[in-house]
Amino acid sequence: MAASGCRGVRSILWKYGSCGKNFCVSRSKTVPQLPVRQICVSSSLWKKNLAAAGPQKFTQEFIDKQVEEFEVGKRHLANMMGEDPETFTQEDIDRSIAYLFPSGLFEKRARPVMKHPDEIFPKQTAIQWDAEGRPFHFLFYTGRQSYYSLLHDVYEKILAIERHQDKMRNKGLFTSETKQILLTGSRWLLKEEIEEYLVENISDHDYVRLIQLMEKLLSMPYCSLEEEFILKFRKQLEAQSSKHEIPALQYDPQGVAFSVADGRRKTAKASITLRDSGSGNITINGRNYLHCFPLLQDREQLMFPLHFVGMLGRFDIEGSVEGSGHSAQAGALRLAISRALLSFVSEGEVERIRQAGLLTADPRIRERKKPGQEGARKKFTWKKR
Amino acid sequence: MNLHKLSSRLCPTVTQKFRHLQIQSRGQQLEAVGVETESTEQNPLSVFRTSEQDPTYHSERHTGQYYTLPAAHIQKLFPHGLPPRFQLQIKTFNEGCVMVRPPALELISYLKKADYSKPPLRYILYGDVGTGKTMCLSHALHYCYTQGWLIVHISDAHLWVKNCKELLPSSSRPSRFDQPIQASQWLKNFKITNERFLSKIKTTQQYVWTKRERTEKGQPLGELVDQGVNRMKSSSDVVGAVLRELRLQAGGATEGEGAFKLAVAVDGLNALWGKTSLKKEDRTMCEPEELTLIHNVRKMMKNNWSGGAILTALSQTGSLFKPQSAYLPSELLGEEGFDNMEPFVPVSVSNYNEKEFESCYLYYLDRNWLQHSHSRSEEGKKELIFLSNKNPSILERLCAFL
Repeated sequence: MAASGCRGVRSILWKYGSCGKNFCVSRSKTVPQLPVRQICVSSSLWKKNLAAAGPQKFTQEFIDKQVEEFEVGKRHLANMMGEDPETFTQEDIDRSIAYLFPSGLFEKRARPVMKHPDEIFPKQTAIQWDAEGRPFHFLFYTGRQSYYSLLHDVYEKILAIERHQDKMRNKGLFTSETKQILLTGSRWLLKEEIEEYLVENISDHDYVRLIQLMEKLLSMPYCSLEEEFILKFRKQLEAQSSKHEIPALQYDPQGVAFSVADGRRKTAKASITLRDSGSGNITINGRNYLHCFPLLQDREQLMFPLHFVGMLGRFDIEGSVEGSGHSAQAGALRLAISRALLSFVSEGEVERIRQAGLLTADPRIRERKKPGQEGARKKFTWKKR
Repeated sequence: MNLHKLSSRLCPTVTQKFRHLQIQSRGQQLEAVGVETESTEQNPLSVFRTSEQDPTYHSERHTGQYYTLPAAHIQKLFPHGLPPRFQLQIKTFNEGCVMVRPPALELISYLKKADYSKPPLRYILYGDVGTGKTMCLSHALHYCYTQGWLIVHISDAHLWVKNCKELLPSSSRPSRFDQPIQASQWLKNFKITNERFLSKIKTTQQYVWTKRERTEKGQPLGELVDQGVNRMKSSSDVVGAVLRELRLQAGGATEGEGAFKLAVAVDGLNALWGKTSLKKEDRTMCEPEELTLIHNVRKMMKNNWSGGAILTALSQTGSLFKPQSAYLPSELLGEEGFDNMEPFVPVSVSNYNEKEFESCYLYYLDRNWLQHSHSRSEEGKKELIFLSNKNPSILERLCAFL
């Protein structure tokens, strides 16, 4: 009974241990064998405890099985889509799933997805101690073994570089101008990313200490020896100006330059032709823009791109717009004008326009009305009783 | 002094700057020279203003320039005639300045050349919303006034077909409706405008208003008008009588003293043939013919008299049941109106061109109306051009808060 009790407890410990939490658990072996009256306990009691412990965590076998199923499923999917199973990449998988299971859900994360189990199941630590309960890692009892072991590693590397420096000095080959690591265009990993890497929670103070240590490593002249190690902890920043498609500049029979562009805002679609003719006429849907947009605000929206570039009276605009209301139509036209202007303007100006926010398509659309509420956000009158 | 000799010696094409450079030593001299240069040479300030106050002498030379309406004329001629925003502008700027524009000049030239022994010519000013039709009409009316014509001016016919509080069944005819308030108001304004004619014109027949009131034949028109002003009940019929008298006697060259030319000016002509928003007592819609005032004005529009001119302007802004994009005579007048008014001389009014916009802008600058510092720069001017598309009324509203 006691033995079965031990086994039961051990199974609980097993499950606890497979959570990422390392708390000191006393070994059941040292419990003295006291005469204990056997209480008949049904397995439902164990089950209740298990549920209180936390959600079902995944064992390594489980994950391996998932990986196998994923690979097999990938081959099946490739066959279904009529493509080569050997060269079936993740993008192809995403494309096929989107085709086979079309979903109109707004939240992209709610849509059906088929990814490698490593990306789906959260990373979890393996069991930190052996069958007798002795922890594997020497820093287990610090509570944060991965973090401190990382700090130890970095310090080891610092010491190694110092030894290398001394060797070079002894040989007389010491130079300060050594190959430096290129750090522009990248940043240190954030605290959340470090946590993900270490599969451990660390505090802000710990994070700052780690970064300080890395900076110390970087400050040494021969740090290029550890370049690979350091770059593991740096993340490349995205390109400053994401490439915008500049519409091609065309010439009509009279030699006047013009460009065509589209714009959208909240169900309104606009398409315009920007002509470099030297007058400031604007015709929309065949009518003068003064008739289309009697409101000053809409005309100011139209004026903004041209005014920003300083070419107000230079262009002729001929456009068509449909859908939505007057404000959305003005916004769609503004986007279209900014896009068309890109082909008349220099590179630096393109960057300026992008930073002014003229090229960003406004993603806001009408929010859906939910059942049980009056509108998207408004609730019914709340009655206390 | 030597300042006068200086200004007469130097040729007027020398720029102001040059003169200022020459006489930079004494500040007093600078001020004096400034005053001199304004009168002697065509510097930018006078590009938008002209000293020619009489519309008779306005010509193409003056297009785009502002001339000042004398205050006395404004009071007499336009007690109700000018657009409300323009009246506010007069009050703010302390002067009433009107721009000389091609449509008005065209109209005035036609008036000058017309033969007044024949039936009157009908002129219709048409154009987009806010392009200046009423202002051109006022300009032409000012010309008529300075020439000594008798003015019959209906400032906005739309006011007679909507928002009428009192609609009385007519005393004289059973199927018509009277509008006493509007009629008496109009008679008062008519009196102010045409004071000097009221004693000269005599009635040609007897008018019986009620059992006790009547106007005999041969009475001066002033009495008729007073009758209408005092007795509200019969004021609409009085209006009809006045118009009839004027029709009969206009251009009558029989007596030298009584000869006068008649100018009938109607703004918002499309109201006469459109729909009304007035309801009769049994909740059916009123037709325009059933209103006495409208009926009488329609009779004036016919060219079966002689010795005058009919100047009209269409207006979409006050019109009922017409889409905003309609501005052509055929659209706004409708079939019936068009047939009635045909043949007419159409005069189109459009947005400002470059020169006119320039002078309007300079005028506002001169009056310190554009307070925003950015509006004085070239950039600001381009912005104004874009936002208003050189439409006079929109430009005016835009500058109002700058």
